[in-house]
Amino acid sequence: MSIREFIDREVKGNDVVVFMKGTPQFPMCGFSGQVVQILDHVGVPFKGINVLESDELRQGIKDYASWPTIPQIYVKGEFLGGCDIVREMFQAGELIPLFEEKGIAVRDRAIG
Amino acid sequence: MAMAAADIERLIKQALPDAEVTIQDLAGDGDHYAATIVSEAFRGKSRVQQHQLVYAALQGNMGGVLHALALKTSAPA
Repeated sequence: MSIREFIDREVKGNDVVVFMKGTPQFPMCGFSGQVVQILDHVGVPFKGINVLESDELRQGIKDYASWPTIPQIYVKGEFLGGCDIVREMFQAGELIPLFEEKGIAVRDRAIG
Repeated sequence: MAMAAADIERLIKQALPDAEVTIQDLAGDGDHYAATIVSEAFRGKSRVQQHQLVYAALQGNMGGVLHALALKTSAPA
């Protein structure tokens, strides 16, 4: 399976997937950690994929979305953005409505 | 592995001549910046598209020489 097929399968096989540096339990980069915090705060289950485990994956994901940085967040197979965009959407109160609109359960009706 | 704020601004303005660019050095190491950019080019575009315009302007430096650039993009009010 090519790296692209692997990525495609993960992106399409999970409601919310975060390609990040490190793991949700141990983020290895501030931006990846911020995204994990936001998703945990909003209470959305997600799958974390550690791009540090393979250079091929780390480059492959950048090519996949033609987006040069990590983390990258995908919701229902669509690229949502990186840390800036998720944080901006959260602060603008757009994140929870987006998940609800996509039929993704949000556990915690917190603000944002 | 570092980039000067002035170089970032120059590259962005080269691609987006009307852009108002404010750059903040977050860590003083030439690797972690925040940039607020206002340009007509962003109007009607999604956030992803807006940020991709900026990454294109940086001609491949983003994610390589430049490790972190927190972006805040918008069209003029």
